Amino acid sequence: MENMWQKDIETMPRADLEALQLARLKKLVGYVYDNVPFYKKRLDEAGVTADKIKVLSDIQYIPFTTKADIRDTYPYGLFAQPLKKIVRIHASSGTTGKPTVVGYTKNDLDLWSDLVARLTMAAGASDDDIVQIAFGYGLFTGALGLHYGLEKIGATVVPTSSGNTEKQIMLMRDFGTTAIVSTPSYALYIAEVAKDMGIDPRKDLKVKLGLLGSEGCSLEMRAKIEQAWDLFATDNYGMSELIGPGVSGECTYRCGMHFAEDHFLPEIIDPDTGAVKNRGESGELVITTLTKEGFPLLRYRTKDVTSIDYEKCECGRTHARMAKPTGRSDDMLKIKGVNVFPSQIESVLISVPEVGGHYQIVLGTKNYMDTFEINIELLDGSLLTKYSELENLQHKIAFKLKTVLGLDAKINLCEPKSLERFAGKAKRVIDNRDK
Amino acid sequence: MITKQISIFIENRKGRLSEVIQTITSQNINIKAISIADTTNFGILRIIVDDPEAVAVQLKTINLAASLTSVLSVSIKNKPGAVGEVLKILADNNISVEYMYSSLAYSGDMGNIIVCVDKEAEGEALLKTAGYSD
Ligand SMILES: [Zn+2]
Repeated sequence: MENMWQKDIETMPRADLEALQLARLKKLVGYVYDNVPFYKKRLDEAGVTADKIKVLSDIQYIPFTTKADIRDTYPYGLFAQPLKKIVRIHASSGTTGKPTVVGYTKNDLDLWSDLVARLTMAAGASDDDIVQIAFGYGLFTGALGLHYGLEKIGATVVPTSSGNTEKQIMLMRDFGTTAIVSTPSYALYIAEVAKDMGIDPRKDLKVKLGLLGSEGCSLEMRAKIEQAWDLFATDNYGMSELIGPGVSGECTYRCGMHFAEDHFLPEIIDPDTGAVKNRGESGELVITTLTKEGFPLLRYRTKDVTSIDYEKCECGRTHARMAKPTGRSDDMLKIKGVNVFPSQIESVLISVPEVGGHYQIVLGTKNYMDTFEINIELLDGSLLTKYSELENLQHKIAFKLKTVLGLDAKINLCEPKSLERFAGKAKRVIDNRDK
Repeated sequence: MITKQISIFIENRKGRLSEVIQTITSQNINIKAISIADTTNFGILRIIVDDPEAVAVQLKTINLAASLTSVLSVSIKNKPGAVGEVLKILADNNISVEYMYSSLAYSGDMGNIIVCVDKEAEGEALLKTAGYSD
């Protein structure tokens, strides 16, 4: 059996786990009722009290909480503890208006580092690792979350933050870094810069483990990153509202991300009706934080579309696994009336070997209709003998996209390294459509 | 006669061709022959330079997509029908011409053309037999 940070809990029989969840859910409902006026009002309106929760499925009677609720109560309205007890604040930058603010008590921080310790160990990290954290530090939960979790398992943490890529690579080589924490797009970019510096990440660097996160990553993109570095990459899931990284993470079998189910109760709902879906069905992920003190959430709508597998995993863990989200209902694009996740487009592009992993999706309006174009970089000069070779490449990409999406796209081939690179989350969609 | 031509991918946006040519010449590279054709989407710039291998490497380091192709460089007399004679020799021997362009270099009454063919070794042998040189 694999290395586990909290083996007793991670392999707990499901019946015991569900009993624990039920006890914690009841306690949570009472706790937020007593400590957060917002929840008291919501629960009163719905007629739900702690003693009305008899079985786990009774959670369906509790009202949802949304990102809008967090914004409306900005900054501290959903905190369940006075600021005297809050020892840390994080925030995620909203694309519009105010950020989403979350607070942690001392116990919350302890819990958080345990959760990250679990996921990094499940990914294969250990106290032998030298881990470079190339997430941007700051209000964002990713960097500090991984930082304390990795310290907890005894790994050597190098908090380089993101950016300053050449120096990043120099330290990586000089320190003998064995694992990297970054966004998938930044991992790809670092490898590119290393090659320009005459450093082959596969041979000249010792990075063997990639803890990638904070933005979606198709399997094809991950394979490309693994190939560029000769590393093993795992995915993990979290969001600042819930705690940050640590909500779920892959084990080395990579067959879904194990929830920390003793602390988070996941559900899958129909995003339109709010009805709970049957086990195994795909829908929007909803999470209840069972034990958080500072910023507990009841049935939080994550907007991520996924499904949950409750079968025991080969790694020995009993905690349920969520599939890689097919997309965020927020990120979903409606192009010419068709619903498209950028991840679907990425999968197609990455499967074409003649083009690189950097691309832009450009939407516009012409004659009141959507225009859909993809800018993608040529990898090198191997197709320049005849025009027809480049035109065939354009047709090949357009055909593959049409097969997957049912949409015609105009493919614009770009010069190598001409598109913008990102040290954090990549911004790949440029929507210039008339609103 | 067989010489290496460098092909460079050019994005279809305003001023890009001029930028690329300035970049190339600012690296102290002397362009001896040049051709550009473009579609609505992109262009391919083809150039003949001294030491093409080194230049191709140099261009890659400045992030241009470049590759080398073998073409025929043929000296011809500056008189009517000279180009036609070369093309006829190739056509009569079943060698296809993909494209051709003329060089910027000439001396006296001699000019120079660059011809891309499907069978360059055969083409070179035929033209040499017929008395042509670089
Ligand atoms: Zn597992």
